[in-house]
Amino acid sequence: MKPFAYARPGDVAEAVRDVAAEPNAVFLGGGTNLVDHLRLGVARPDLVVDVRTLTSREVTDLPGGGLRLGAASTNSQVAADPRVRERYPVLAQALLAGATGQLRNMATTAGNPLQRTRCVYFQDVTTPCNKREPGSGCSAVGGYTRYHAVLGTPAALPDPNAPETCIATHPSDMAVALAALDAQVQVLGPAGERTVPFPELHRLPGDDPSRDTVLEHGELITAIDLPALPAGTRSAYRKVRDRASYAFALVSVAAVVTPDGELRLALGGVAHKPWRATRAEEVLRGQQLTEDAVRAAVAAELAAAQPQPGIDSGNGFKIPLVARTVLATVRGLLPEEQS
Amino acid sequence: MTDLLQPRAIGQDLVRRDGEAKVRGTATYAYETPVEHPAFAHPVTATIARGRVTAMDTAAAEALDGVLAVLTPFNAERLASTEDAEYAVLQGQDVGFRGQLIGVVVAETSELAREVADGIAVRYDEQPHDSELSADRPDLYAPAQVNAGHETDTAEGDVAAAMASAEVTLERTYSTAMYHNNPLEPHATTGLWDPAGDGFLTLWDSTQGVHPDRAAVCQVFGLQQEQVRVVCPYVGGGFGSKGLPHANVMLTALAARAVPGRPVKLALTRQQMFFLAGYRTPTIQRMQLAADSRGRLSAIAIDVVEQTSRIKEFAEQTGVPTRMMYASPNRRTTHRLAALDVPIPSWMRAPGECPGMFGPEVAMDELAEELGIDPVELRVRNEPEVDPETGKPWSSRNLVRCLREGAERFGWSGRRAHRDGDWLVGTGVASSVYPTMRQATSTANVRFEDGRYVAEIGAADLGTGAWTILPQITADALGVDVADVDVRIGDTRYPTASVAGGSSGTNTWGSALVVAAREFRTKFGADPRDGDEASGDVDQAAQDDTHSPYAFGAQFVEARVNADTGEIRVPRLLGVFGVGRVINPRTARSQLIGGMTMGLSMALHETSAWDPRIGQVANHDLAEYHITVNADVGEIEAHWIDEHDPYVNAMGSKGIGEIGIVGTAAAVVNAVHAATGVRVRHLPVTLDKLLPALD
Ligand SMILES: Cc1cc2nc3c(=O)[nH]c(=O)nc-3n(C[C@H](O)[C@H](O)[C@H](O)COP(=O)(O)OP(=O)(O)OC[C@H]3O[C@@H](n4cnc5c(N)ncnc54)[C@H](O)[C@@H]3O)c2cc1C
Ligand code: SF4
Repeated sequence: MKPFAYARPGDVAEAVRDVAAEPNAVFLGGGTNLVDHLRLGVARPDLVVDVRTLTSREVTDLPGGGLRLGAASTNSQVAADPRVRERYPVLAQALLAGATGQLRNMATTAGNPLQRTRCVYFQDVTTPCNKREPGSGCSAVGGYTRYHAVLGTPAALPDPNAPETCIATHPSDMAVALAALDAQVQVLGPAGERTVPFPELHRLPGDDPSRDTVLEHGELITAIDLPALPAGTRSAYRKVRDRASYAFALVSVAAVVTPDGELRLALGGVAHKPWRATRAEEVLRGQQLTEDAVRAAVAAELAAAQPQPGIDSGNGFKIPLVARTVLATVRGLLPEEQS
Repeated sequence: MTDLLQPRAIGQDLVRRDGEAKVRGTATYAYETPVEHPAFAHPVTATIARGRVTAMDTAAAEALDGVLAVLTPFNAERLASTEDAEYAVLQGQDVGFRGQLIGVVVAETSELAREVADGIAVRYDEQPHDSELSADRPDLYAPAQVNAGHETDTAEGDVAAAMASAEVTLERTYSTAMYHNNPLEPHATTGLWDPAGDGFLTLWDSTQGVHPDRAAVCQVFGLQQEQVRVVCPYVGGGFGSKGLPHANVMLTALAARAVPGRPVKLALTRQQMFFLAGYRTPTIQRMQLAADSRGRLSAIAIDVVEQTSRIKEFAEQTGVPTRMMYASPNRRTTHRLAALDVPIPSWMRAPGECPGMFGPEVAMDELAEELGIDPVELRVRNEPEVDPETGKPWSSRNLVRCLREGAERFGWSGRRAHRDGDWLVGTGVASSVYPTMRQATSTANVRFEDGRYVAEIGAADLGTGAWTILPQITADALGVDVADVDVRIGDTRYPTASVAGGSSGTNTWGSALVVAAREFRTKFGADPRDGDEASGDVDQAAQDDTHSPYAFGAQFVEARVNADTGEIRVPRLLGVFGVGRVINPRTARSQLIGGMTMGLSMALHETSAWDPRIGQVANHDLAEYHITVNADVGEIEAHWIDEHDPYVNAMGSKGIGEIGIVGTAAAVVNAVHAATGVRVRHLPVTLDKLLPALD
């Protein structure tokens, strides 16, 4: 592990100043992802600024029926909060589908969506990776792609040597639920406060796969707000994985159905970001939410999906799996007579 | 026939003697051995799969404060023996596989050692590597023999002719994946070289056998046995990967000798364990079965293709169980190897039988389906009266009883594939087998000390129960209460013991203990004096060569497959085994259900995803290499029949450490087939293989 300085400043403003002043500085939340990366040499900061005790640990009511999740509230705490369980079951379920009890006790609301990809080549400093080492190439193309993207990627076989190539997925379960809920991210940066709609927090690789999110250096997440949902809204999270527990999603689905039949849909395990299925939502807008309609909408969403070939037949199976999982999830949310 | 012990302590459900220390966290494992002023070592490993190290820039590292030594192929001491390429660490510049040891850094802290080791710039002359196994490689070769000294190929009768004339034939290819043992405790050693006099090396090592470990180290370093002590009271799992020392042990000894007088600690990281600690070769198994319409086999054949490392051969004996499992006049087994630029494969729980009962037991299910015969019945119809391979009678063979009792307990006859809500439900069965072995050397001492009986033997407890059951055996052999017996193990200061491998530990060490105890009674009678002592060797124990000794079992599985997503669950796993006399039901059950769980893991989860482009396991940590977790295991039951075998040894025991893993994966595949109609012939069974068939 490379030696680094550790700081626990007096307040969030100071924390932001500290990180902004040092180009190679990072914030530390629960540390369940960052500390692994320190050990593996994936993250090699000079300064680690611990914000866990500076940001709020509270879950508070917002006027109008929403909730504010303090950045340092833990995944276990949020999952167990009765208000979350009642109003946002999709979020409680997503949190409980992630990691293990021990990890969830440490992991924080801000840290979870900012965890980095599980791409095996990203985590192995001996293999080229554009995300970890810009310009070095992408080892995943044609390699172990089981946990890699099928949406938001340029081609079935992108150029592994091109500096913009990255076919990684974002691994968080929580983030998929937050994307479906249209959560709002409260950010404090060197230039002051701003709010980022959750579906816009993460980005596609574009021409810089090293950047996972739109946050600038020194920007701190202070809270994540959950907007109020109309009474009678139903929601669910369904995670499909390679074992019954303690595994990242192959594919996951966060679905929110409002009483007037509007579907909000986000997908996990399929793209560089939690994938809000806007195309499917558009197709369904104004339509009766039937199984056939959902099937057609998902097909439209997946029209541009690209399987990635690779070891053990690659990840083409995700495309039908997404369709089937969406259908199963939405079916469970429809009133009896429609399903 | 052996003189079977009268069981008094044997058969009792005694709690583990080491349990409390482990639960309290006071049991010391190799890396945490308390030593004065330890130094810490971290390996440097190759990042190419084939070629030569041409230069290593260590000057900056050596100059760093806190760095005690940096060893490389360019400056490491020359070893006495480099015959074994795995052990010849830092003896040459050639790289035989990615991840191979090419250096070690010794420093004041583990963090510093690791950072410095990772930072050493290495220049290579890289050559193209070849690491992809396939059955049609032109360079497959027949090894001189396969693991445990078995013949490479065997043939009896004429399989081709039987295939040509049979009423029903089946030809299928099956494959098992590459698996890594991954015991919870990593491969770790604390080593201290005391240079005074002739020099003395102490190794606190996590090993399945302190004596074999010492022998290998002595050979490599040219030391006398008296110059080396290996200590290992507790092992956090081995599953074969600590059966023989791996290169990390030699590296620790090298590092310790570079800093005389300083104890050096070295633990492989989980990632390094995917390169340096052995693994199970992937296997490709071409099966042929020929039968009449009543299911009587006229031919059974298995042609196995598997891999080894180009620098050291290990040939898994995958075809061996097919030689003796079922009655068939025509039989053929072959093994072919590809020598690749890959890490060195080695033992993993039930080498041979575990992968080797996959293809055959799925093929039997396929044959049963084709013939419309109950798969339990098909196996019963092919029960051989004597060992087909040797012609010897069985010491005891209760496969049929295991199948029948298992079927009864499982509710096999009432089974029917059906749909339960979103889940497709099916059941499957497979047979298990494991040879009953006893090693040629082991000695035990029994002494009367302060009013108690003390037995000493350098045996190993891998978490299996040796600490607990060896006193039970000794007590019965002495005819005393088990509470009056202490057994000391895990140290080369005690008499020589064989490796805990091949499910032979209890059979071997127990036999030596019985000889020693009987000798003790003969010499000193029922009323010994303090200090009276006797010893016994396993080779003095009665040995029966006229029977074929094996343990058998039957495993039953209920599988559920989600009709939407293809997710697979196994809510029920039931095994019935004939394993001779069970010495302690508690530790026995834990071995059997542990083996079955590992078999479930093999069926559904484990696969070391090999990346042939770079020559390494892509998913080389435990977040990505999945093993079965608690939530995957539903009801799991292990039962045993009351088996009396007078031929195996004085305890009547057959060994139980490995048989539990044998056959499980086939039973799972067969159950998933019953549920979905999909026959997954290439492990693991994952949802992507089932999806296309779900409507
Ligand atoms: C074995 C294993 C299995 C797992 N399985 C799952 C799973 O199935 N599903 C799942 O979703 N997750 C899983 N996880 C990941 C886990 O959920 C994340 O590690 C955790 O949520 C990260 O939160 P943290 O607070 O520990 O973040 P940290 O590790 O502290 O930080 C993560 C990142 O966020 C940044 N950061 C932290 N706080 C802030 C802040 N306030 N503002 C700005 N930046 C900040 C850090 O700089 C760092 O880059 C698993 C992890 C492990 C180790
Ligand atoms: S997919 Fe992305 S994270 Fe993975 S190796 Fe390629 S660039 Fe790196």
